[in-house]
Amino acid sequence: MSNYSEILFRPVFKENPIALQMLGICSALAVTSKLYPTLIMCVALTVTVSLSNFFISMIRNITPSNIRIIVQMTIISSLVILVDQALKAYDYETSKTLSVFVGLIITNCIVMGRAEAFAMQNPPGVSFLDGFGNGLGYSVILIILGTIRELFGTGTILEYEIFPLVQNGGWYVPNNFFLLPPVSFILIGLIIWALRAWQKDQVEEPEFRMSQNSPEIVPNPPPTPSSKTAS
Amino acid sequence: MIENYLNIFINAIFIENLALSVFLGMCTFIAISKKIEAAIGLGIAVIVVLAITVPINNLIYNYILRDGALAWAGLSDVDLSFVGLISYIGVIAACVQILEMFLDKYVPVLYNALGIFLPLITVNCAILGASLFMVEKDLYFGESVAYGLGAGVGWALAITILAGIREKLKYSDMPEGLQGLGSTFIIVGLMSFGFMSFGGIIL
Repeated sequence: MSNYSEILFRPVFKENPIALQMLGICSALAVTSKLYPTLIMCVALTVTVSLSNFFISMIRNITPSNIRIIVQMTIISSLVILVDQALKAYDYETSKTLSVFVGLIITNCIVMGRAEAFAMQNPPGVSFLDGFGNGLGYSVILIILGTIRELFGTGTILEYEIFPLVQNGGWYVPNNFFLLPPVSFILIGLIIWALRAWQKDQVEEPEFRMSQNSPEIVPNPPPTPSSKTAS
Repeated sequence: MIENYLNIFINAIFIENLALSVFLGMCTFIAISKKIEAAIGLGIAVIVVLAITVPINNLIYNYILRDGALAWAGLSDVDLSFVGLISYIGVIAACVQILEMFLDKYVPVLYNALGIFLPLITVNCAILGASLFMVEKDLYFGESVAYGLGAGVGWALAITILAGIREKLKYSDMPEGLQGLGSTFIIVGLMSFGFMSFGGIIL
């Protein structure tokens, strides 16, 4: 039993797909300026990644390994089409807000990455849990982002007023800075910093890589000419 | 006429930069930007693939999938746009595969330079994203060529700049938890603010 909960919760903080494995950042950033579309996006991704893990794992023994990417791609795109059509049918406004980003779940690295790394080796039930856990890990970061951005950007959470705004006779002047898309990058950077201050073992690796790199680089001439051409 | 194409091209490079304004292809953008040579190689591969797949997907959308597009086959009330996603990704995967085989056979120099990046590109959201934006903007064939090329150049420009900054930055002394991934995110955020300044330009 503890094994299952381990599979389910490990991706949330210990191996977070966004903060540690650098997966699935792509479609995440542009949709987090309000909490509601963020929640819809999280549900869409979690459904897709759990079901795709489940189905890919079901046929893992009869899939020839040289065409497995195409097979996975087909399963994932069919699931995303289902999610996309369902969203268009039941919540057309939000599907307009999310625009192409629902379709981009297909190329979201979390889905492909979990299919390759986990579902191809494990039975369907466990794969489903793993997919669900990774969906949760993605959702945690997105919900934190969505909450911070909506709260400080417009003073509301899910359209419900938390900070009374100045134009409604309150004290809070909405900070439009938080509604700009690039802020989500800076916030993710800070979340990673906070997460690594808490989970020290996540720090080790990049730090170790850096300190190992530097002696290797020192004997060579520093690569200033190539970096100059770029700037 | 030519102004319209130029307009779309410049717009795709600076104002609607795929990487820094709509945040597509972020996984590879952050993972492959440690070294400037690798970044340039990947950038060129993205330009080539986008310049090929966006026009092809444009043809597929306009002549097969779009509502009423099958009129030439006598099926004027068929709307296949719901299978769009799976067709675009299929076209992209096939194109990348064909391009890889073609380069391997006829242009081995280029194959050696780009070879390792090509499989990565199939799952790069910038490629699929550009096709989806092309459909959303409802471009003609000629416009889609300009858009695909411009989007690719914009993405390549962004990853080259980021790689340049990161090569400099690896000698700097940073707080522990910010080392590596954390600092990269913040840099991309600042670069993205820089690119927002193009937003006021009206072409």
